Amino acid sequence: MQPTDIRNPDYFHKVVDCQWACPSHTPVPLYLRLIAAKRFADSYMVNWESNVFPGILGRTCDRPCEPACRRGRVEAEPVAICRLKRVAADYKGDLGTRMPEPPGERNGKRVACVGAGPASLTVARDLALAGYRVVIYDGAARAGGMIRTQIPRFRLPEEVIDEEVGYIERLGVETRYNTWIGSLKELLGEGFDAVFIGSGAPRGRELDVPGRREAAEHIHIGIDWLASVSFGHVKSVGKRVVVLGGGNTAMDCCRTARRLGGEQVYVAVRSGFEQMKASPWEKEDAMGEGIPILDYLVPTEVLHDEGRLTGIVFAKVKAEFDAAGRRSLVPTGATVEIACDEVLVAIGQENAFPWIERDIGLDFDRHGLPALDPLTLQSTLPGVFFGGDAAFGPKNIIWAVAHGHQAAVSIDLYCRGEDAHERPPPMTTLASQKMGIHEWSYDNAVSLDLRYKVPHREQSLALADLGAEVELGYDPVLAYKEAERCLNCDIETVFTPKLCIECDACVDICPVDCITFTDDGEEAELRTRLSAPTHNPEQALYIGKGLKTGRIMAKDEDVCLHCGMCAERCPTGAWDMQQFLLKMTHAAPAAVASGAQR
Amino acid sequence: MTYLAKPTLHHPDLPTNTLGYTRRDYEGAVSTLCAGCGHDSISAAIVRACFELDLPPHRIAKLSGIGCSSKTPTYFLGNSHGFNSVHGRMPSVLTGANLANRDLIYLGVSGDGDSASIGIGQFAHAMRRGVNMVYIVENNGVYGLTKGQFSATADRGAKSKRGVVNIDSPIDMVGMALELGATFVARSFSGDKAQLVPLIKAALTHKGAAFIDCISPCVSFNNHLGSTKSFDYVREHNAAVNKLDYVAGQKEITVDYAPGKVELVTQHDGSVLRLRKLAGEYDVTDRIAAMEYLAGHYAKGEVVTGLLYVSLDSPDLHDYLNTVEKPLNTLDDSELCPGAAALQRINAALR
Ligand SMILES: Cc1cc2nc3c(=O)[nH]c(=O)nc-3n(C[C@H](O)[C@H](O)[C@H](O)COP(=O)(O)OP(=O)(O)OC[C@H]3O[C@@H](n4cnc5c(N)ncnc54)[C@H](O)[C@@H]3O)c2cc1C
Ligand SMILES: Cc1ncc(C[n+]2csc(CCOP(=O)(O)OP(=O)(O)O)c2C)c(N)n1
Ligand code: SF4
Ligand code: SF4
Ligand code: SF4
Ligand SMILES: [Mg+2]
Repeated sequence: MQPTDIRNPDYFHKVVDCQWACPSHTPVPLYLRLIAAKRFADSYMVNWESNVFPGILGRTCDRPCEPACRRGRVEAEPVAICRLKRVAADYKGDLGTRMPEPPGERNGKRVACVGAGPASLTVARDLALAGYRVVIYDGAARAGGMIRTQIPRFRLPEEVIDEEVGYIERLGVETRYNTWIGSLKELLGEGFDAVFIGSGAPRGRELDVPGRREAAEHIHIGIDWLASVSFGHVKSVGKRVVVLGGGNTAMDCCRTARRLGGEQVYVAVRSGFEQMKASPWEKEDAMGEGIPILDYLVPTEVLHDEGRLTGIVFAKVKAEFDAAGRRSLVPTGATVEIACDEVLVAIGQENAFPWIERDIGLDFDRHGLPALDPLTLQSTLPGVFFGGDAAFGPKNIIWAVAHGHQAAVSIDLYCRGEDAHERPPPMTTLASQKMGIHEWSYDNAVSLDLRYKVPHREQSLALADLGAEVELGYDPVLAYKEAERCLNCDIETVFTPKLCIECDACVDICPVDCITFTDDGEEAELRTRLSAPTHNPEQALYIGKGLKTGRIMAKDEDVCLHCGMCAERCPTGAWDMQQFLLKMTHAAPAAVASGAQR
Repeated sequence: MTYLAKPTLHHPDLPTNTLGYTRRDYEGAVSTLCAGCGHDSISAAIVRACFELDLPPHRIAKLSGIGCSSKTPTYFLGNSHGFNSVHGRMPSVLTGANLANRDLIYLGVSGDGDSASIGIGQFAHAMRRGVNMVYIVENNGVYGLTKGQFSATADRGAKSKRGVVNIDSPIDMVGMALELGATFVARSFSGDKAQLVPLIKAALTHKGAAFIDCISPCVSFNNHLGSTKSFDYVREHNAAVNKLDYVAGQKEITVDYAPGKVELVTQHDGSVLRLRKLAGEYDVTDRIAAMEYLAGHYAKGEVVTGLLYVSLDSPDLHDYLNTVEKPLNTLDDSELCPGAAALQRINAALR
C-alpha cells in the first residue's frame, strides 16, 4: 500500500468521526474539552463559528454526529454531543466583545435572502461579516422560519431563538419581515448582485381518503396546526387525538396534543416502528408521555357523523421485501378502527414555489425542486442560489446551516467574478500535545462512564404547561462527566517511521489492538492480517513505511481510543499525539475566527 | 512506563477462548518497566500463549526472582498465583511448590543476572531434576534493574553503553540446559512474537523441564551499537533453525508437507509441534547434535533460534520420586499418617 499522506486534510478529518459526520463540520472534541474545562464561552464561540445556532441546535439538532461517534463503536452509546452543546450555550455568561463585527467598510455588493430560516440567516451572517449588504425578506413577523413557527416551545424556548437570531440581526443585516415575496422576477429587478432562496418546504402533504372532506373541521395538516398553536390561534384539542405519520412533525404534534387537552393520543404510522423517520430519542420522549405508537397502519377511511369526526379506519399491513431488497407494504386483510375527535396529518412535507415564475430561466426538476449544482448550490439562473429545505426537500436545521455556509462561499466567489467551483480549502493545524514524558495537554485517561441522562422536568408539570421546556439540560458537573466520555478523536496518533526500532511496545499496550507491524500487501489482503481483523472497512488504515526490517506499520483507525498509550510506551518518540484542528473556510474567515479560541 | 491503567475498553471483535475469556483477561497490571523494554513483549507473548491454550488462569503459578525481568509476572496473568522470591531463588521455591501441588502449571520467569550469576546453581538443579515447569530467561546481557552492569551472558568483546568492553567469557544458558538434561530447549527473541508465542505454548504443554532463553533487548542500557543483545544485532545475526506451529491435540492436521521439509512431533498430551525446517537437516530430537550445532554457529557469530531440542516421554521430578498422583497438599491426615500399627511394623522391620 501507499504510505498515508497525513497532509491531506481529509485524512485526519475522517478520523474525527463526529466532525466528519456533522454537515457543518463543527470541531466537536475541541468544544467538548472546553466544556470540561468550564470554558463555556470559548466553547460557545467554537460552535457559533461553525454552526451559528448552538443554543438552538443544542436542543433540537438531528445530531448525525452521534450515530457516527467512535464511542458508540467501543461502548454502548455515543457521547451526548448535542446536549453538551446546549451546556455551552446555557453557561456561557456574557460574551462581551467576542461576537465579531462586520467590517467598517462594506464591499458595495447587495444580496437578497428570501426567507428568514436557518439557511438564510447563515448566509446573512457569513456575507455580512464579509462586507456585503444583506437584505432578508420573510412573510412572517419574526425570523427563525420553522424553528420559530413549528418546533414547539417545550423543546425550544423562544428566548433562545431571539438571542441567536439577534446575533445575526445585529451584524447590520437589513430585515424586511412581514414581507412576502410574490414574484422572483420582481425581486431580481431590484438590482441585487445575488439572491439566496431559503424559503423552506412549507406545504404539508394531504391525506386523500374518503371522509376527509366531510370531517374537514377536525382534521388538520400537522405543520399548519403547529404553527397555529405557536401563534396562539389554537389553544385546545379534542380528548381523543390520532396523529398520522412517523417523523419529526408527528412527534411534535402528538406531544403538543397531550399538552392541549388530548387524553388519549395515538400515533399511527404506515411503516414499522424501526423504520420511522423520527429519531429514536423523539420516539422515546413521546412514548414516555403516554403516547402509544401503532405501526403498520395505513389510513383508509375517515368516519364521520353529520360533519363530526368519529374515528378513522386503517388497513393493517406488513412489510415484504423483493429480491432487490425493496420494501413494499402489503395488506394483511385486517382492519383497525380508532375512535377519535381530532386527526393531525403529519405524513410529509413538500416544496412549493408558487412565487417563482417558470419562464425566467430557473429550471425545476420532475419533483418540483430547483435544478442545482450540488457543490455550489447555484441554480440555472446564475445569480440565484438555494439552500436549506428549499434546495433538496425537507432536511433539518444543521443541513440548512451547512447549505448556508456553502451558498455564502459561492455567492462571494460569484460576486467577485471567480469560479464558484474553486472552493477555498479548510484551515488545518497539527500540533504536538506532549508536555512531559507521560503528560499531555489533554486528559488522555479514558473514562469508563456510561452515557449520562439529561434531567427532565417532572412530567406532570411538563404536560400541564405547553411552554415549559421538558429537558432541563446538564448542569456543569454532569456536563464535565459526560464530556470526559469523549475519546478526543482529534488528538491524532502521528507516526514517524525512521524513529521506530520495532520493539512492539505500542502493539502490546494498545487496548484495542490498532497497531500491526507486518509485510506490505494489497489493502484487502492486508486487512486480514491485522492484530485485530477489520471491523469497519470504511475506516482508514494508516500506513507507515521505511522501517529497518522492511515491514510496514499499519494502524487501523477504526476503534483507536486516542489514549496516547502507544506514544507513552514508545521508547523513541516514533508515536506522537498531535491535535488536528480543521475549520471550514466560510465566506468571512478572518473576521469570524477572531472571536473563537482554541 | 505510564501511570495510567490500560483502559478496559477493547476491540468489538476481540475473540474469546473456550473458557469464555478474552486475551485481555490474561493481562496484569500496567508495566512499570522502561518504555520499549523487550521484557514487556515477552509478557505480551505469555498472555497470548495462555489465552490461546485456554488455560484457566487460576491453575497457573508464576514465580520469579529479582530483576526487571523478575518483576514482569505482575504485568501478566493478573488472576494467577504468583510468588516473587529472592534473587536467584525462583527455581527452588518453584520446585517446592511443584512438589506440594503437582496439578498447577508452573511458569518460572527469570533474568540472565538472576539465573546465570547468583542463581546459577539453582538453575542447574531445576534442569537436571526435570521439574515440570517452563523456565523463561529474559536475557538482555545486563543487570537491568541495577542500571546496566554486564551479566554473565554478555558476549566477550561486547561494549557497554559507556564504552567498556566485556572481557569475561559468556555463559550460554541454552548449552547448559542441554547439558543438564532439560527436555525442551529453545531460544527466541522478544522482537519476534510469531516465533515466541508458539514456543511458549509448546513449552507450557511439555512435560518436564522446558527452558526458553529469550533474548530481550534492554532499551535503556543495552541497545546501542557494540551490544550483541540489541534489536539491530539480533535481527542481523538471527539464524532460526525451524519455524514452529503449535497445533492443539484435538485439531487434525490436514495439510500435506513435502517430506523432509516438515517434522511433526506429538507431545504426551496429544498436541502436535509442526516444525518447518529452515536449516537443512537439523534434528530437534538429537541432543548431542544440537550442542554441536550451537557451538559451531556461535563461533560464526550467529544467534541460533527456534526449537533446539525436545525429548518426548521423558520422566519428570514426580516420576523420579514416584509420588502419588494426588497433589501432596491435598492429602489429609488419614492418608499422610499410616497409624501406630504401621509405625510399629516399620520399626520392627528395622530392628
Ligand atoms: C414540526 C417540525 C419539527 C421539526 N423539528 C426539527 C428538529 O427538532 N431538528 C431539526 O434539525 N429540524 C427540525 N425540523 C426541520 C427544520 O425546521 C427545517 O429543516 C429547517 O427549519 C429548514 O430551514 P430553512 O432555512 O430551509 O427554512 P424554514 O425554516 O422553513 O424557513 C423558511 C422561511 O421562509 C419564509 N418564506 C417562504 N417563502 C417565502 C416568500 N415567498 N417570501 C417571504 N418569505 C418566505 C417562511 O415564512 C419561513 O419563515 C422540524 C420541522 C418541523 C415541521
Ligand atoms: C541477594 C541480592 N544480590 C544482589 C541484588 C541486586 N540486584 C538486583 S537485580 C540484580 C540483577 C538482575 O539482573 P537480571 O536478572 O538480568 O534482570 P534484568 O533486570 O536485567 O531483567 C541484582 C544484582 C539483590 N537484589 N539481591
Ligand atoms: S468520542 Fe468524542 S471526538 Fe470521538 S467521535 Fe465521539 S464525540 Fe467525536
Ligand atoms: S492512542 Fe495508541 S494505544 Fe491508544 S488506542 Fe490509539 S493506537 Fe492504541
Ligand atoms: S513503541 Fe515505538 S519504537 Fe516500538 S514499535 Fe512502536 S513505534 Fe516502533
Ligand atoms: Mg538482565
